[in-house]
Amino acid sequence: MAAATAKPTPHSYASSTLNRQLRGFMAKSSVSLFGLLLLSVFLMPLGYMVSTAFKDDAELSAQNAPLWPASAKTYTYQGQEYPLYLVPTEQGVKQMALVAPHREDSDFVDPANPEAGPFTWQGRYRTLAPVYNFAPKFKNFPEAWEQVQFGLLFRNTFVLAIISTLGTLLSCIAVAYGFARFNVPGKSILFVILISTIVLPAQVTIIPLFIFFTKIGWTGTWLPLLVPAFFANAYDVFLLRQYFMTIPRQLDEAAMIDGASPLRILWSVIIPQAIPAITAVTLFHFFFVWNDYFSPLVYLVGKEDLYPISVGLGKLVGTFSRFPGLAMASALMAIALPVVIFFLAQRQFMQGVVITGVEK
Amino acid sequence: MTVASEASAQVAAKTGISQMKRREWSWGFLFLSPWLLGFFFFTGLPILATLYYSFTDYNLVKPDEIKLIGLTNYQRMLTDPQVAQSMGVTLKFALIAVPLGLIIPLTFAVLVNSKHLLAPNFFRTLFFMPTIIPVVASVMVFQGVLNAQSGWINMALGGLGIEGPRWLSDPAWALWALNLIGLWGVGNNMLILLASLQGVPTELYEAAIVDGANAPQRFFNITIPMISPVIFYNLTLGVIFAFQYFVVAMLVGGRNGDPQSATMFYNLNLYRTAFVFNEMGYAGALAWTLFIIVMVLTVLLFTVGQRFVYYASD
Repeated sequence: MAAATAKPTPHSYASSTLNRQLRGFMAKSSVSLFGLLLLSVFLMPLGYMVSTAFKDDAELSAQNAPLWPASAKTYTYQGQEYPLYLVPTEQGVKQMALVAPHREDSDFVDPANPEAGPFTWQGRYRTLAPVYNFAPKFKNFPEAWEQVQFGLLFRNTFVLAIISTLGTLLSCIAVAYGFARFNVPGKSILFVILISTIVLPAQVTIIPLFIFFTKIGWTGTWLPLLVPAFFANAYDVFLLRQYFMTIPRQLDEAAMIDGASPLRILWSVIIPQAIPAITAVTLFHFFFVWNDYFSPLVYLVGKEDLYPISVGLGKLVGTFSRFPGLAMASALMAIALPVVIFFLAQRQFMQGVVITGVEK
Repeated sequence: MTVASEASAQVAAKTGISQMKRREWSWGFLFLSPWLLGFFFFTGLPILATLYYSFTDYNLVKPDEIKLIGLTNYQRMLTDPQVAQSMGVTLKFALIAVPLGLIIPLTFAVLVNSKHLLAPNFFRTLFFMPTIIPVVASVMVFQGVLNAQSGWINMALGGLGIEGPRWLSDPAWALWALNLIGLWGVGNNMLILLASLQGVPTELYEAAIVDGANAPQRFFNITIPMISPVIFYNLTLGVIFAFQYFVVAMLVGGRNGDPQSATMFYNLNLYRTAFVFNEMGYAGALAWTLFIIVMVLTVLLFTVGQRFVYYASD
C-alpha cells in the first residue's frame, strides 16, 4: 500500500517545503493558542482567588470596580482629594477630577490645567467610568490569620504530616520489599487483596474503628490518625513495589554472596536505587495528610486545638462565603506550601502518578 | 534468629533447600507484617465488625443496650425516604461526573500530547497543578467564583448575554457546581492518559496516514482502541469514587445537604446517621450495602471490560 505515495518532482519540491513549514507554523500557533485559552479558563479561579485576596470590602461591593485589586485614583485640588473620572471632552476622553457632583451636571477640574479652575460638564457623572490604579491591600491576610488561627493549624498539620509520612515510609518500604523480593506462600493472593483495598470505601471500616478508638480513649487525640500510618497503605506499597521490581536482582544477589542480610540489602541496595519512587511516596503522603478531611473530622470532633488546616478551615467555609476577601486570603495561605513544594518537585510527583496509574 | 541457628545445625544438602525457603519465608513475612497486621486490625476485622453491628441496634449514646435485631436495619433501609433520596443524588452525580472524568482529562491529555503544542511541559504542569490544591481551599475558591452575582463565572456568562444560574443555592444546579469543583482534580487521569497516548506505536499512525485516514479517523480507530485499557481503568475508578463522594459535598452543603437536600449524598447520609445521630447499627447496614454495591460494580465493570478493552498482548 505504501507504493501509492507519489514521489515529488524536483520542481514542486521547494514550494512544498515552504508550504509545509507554513502549515507547521499555522498548526503550532493555533494549537498553542487554543491551549493557552483552555488553560486560562481552567486556572481562572486561581486568578479570582489571588485578586480577591488583595481587595478590601469596599471594592468587592463597588459596582464597576475592575477585576484586579484597585483603588479609585484621586487628584488633590486646593488641599482636597477628588476622584478622577474619564470625561469625554472636545479634545477626546480625559481624566478629570470631580469636585462638585450633581445629578444632571457636575463641576470638574482638569489635573493638567488646575489653574483654569472648575468647569461644568453637562451630563450625569454616574455614567462616567472612574479611573483606577493597581493597589493591592494586604489587610485580609493578618485578619484571616487571626480568625482562622492559622499558626496553630499550620503547626498541627505540619506535625501530623511529618509523623504520618515517616510511618508510611518505614512501613511501606518494608512491605513493598517483601512483595517485590520474597516468595512467600499465598503472595499473589495477598497482593490482590492489597490492591483491592485501594477501592475499599472508608465508610465500611470507620464505624467499628471509631467505636474501638473511643473505647481505648484515642478519639480526641491524634493517635487514630497517626498509628495506622505505621501499618502501610495499598497505594504507596504498590508504587514502591512496582519500582523495586525494576531494580535488577543481580544487585541483590551480589550483596547476598558478600553475606549481606535482607535488611542490609534493603538499606544499601534497594533504597539508594529507589530514591525517585521514595520521593514520590513522600510527596504523595505529605499532600494526602495536608488534604485529608474525613478522618480528622470524625476523630477530632470538638478538639479544635488539634485540628489540621482541612477541618479548621472547613468549619469556616460557610461563614467565610460572606467575606470573599478573607476567604480568598485563607485559601491562598492554605495552598501556598503545597503549591511551592509541587513546583519544586513536580517531575518526581508527576512520574509517581504515572507509575501507579499505568502499571496496574 | 532461631531459623538461622537451625539452618547451621542441619547441614544436609537435601534439607538445605527447604531451609533456604523457610529462611526466605520468615524474612518475607517479617517485611510484610506491618501490612498484614494493619490489614487485619484496621481493615479486615472492622469490615466484619461493621457487618455485625448492622444486625444490631447499637447506639453510641446507650452502648449497653445493644441487642441483635436481625435484618431490621436492612428492612428499614428499603422504606427510608432518606436512603432513596440520597441514592438518587449519588446516581445523578455519577451520571455527570463519570463521563466528565473521562472526556475532560482525555481532552487535556490529547492537547498536551500534541506535537504542535509549544512548551508542552509548561502546559502539563499547569493543567496538573490544581490537583494538588487542598480540597478545602478549592471549595472556598469555587464558592467565590460561582457566586451568582460577584462570581467571575456568571460575570463571564453575563458578558455573553447569558444569565448564569444560582449555582450553589439552586437545587437544580448544585450537582453541576460540585462537578465544576471536581474538574480541578482531573490531573491524575490526564497524566495516566498522557502516558498511554505516548505508548501508542507511531508506526500505526504512519500506516494509517498512508492509507489515507484523516485525523478524526485516526483518533477513533487507532488512539481510542489503543488506550482503551486506561480509559477503562479510569472509568472503573470514576464509578467507584462517585459512590464514595463525600468531602466536597460536606464542605459545600454541610450536614444537611444544602440546598434543599440536593447534595445529600449516600455517604453524607451515612455520616449523619453514624456521627450526628449516633445510630451505629443502622449506619453499619448503610455501610455494608455501599460495600456490596461497590464490589458488585467493580466485578461487573471488570468482566464487561474484558470484552471491550483491547490488550496489545492478545
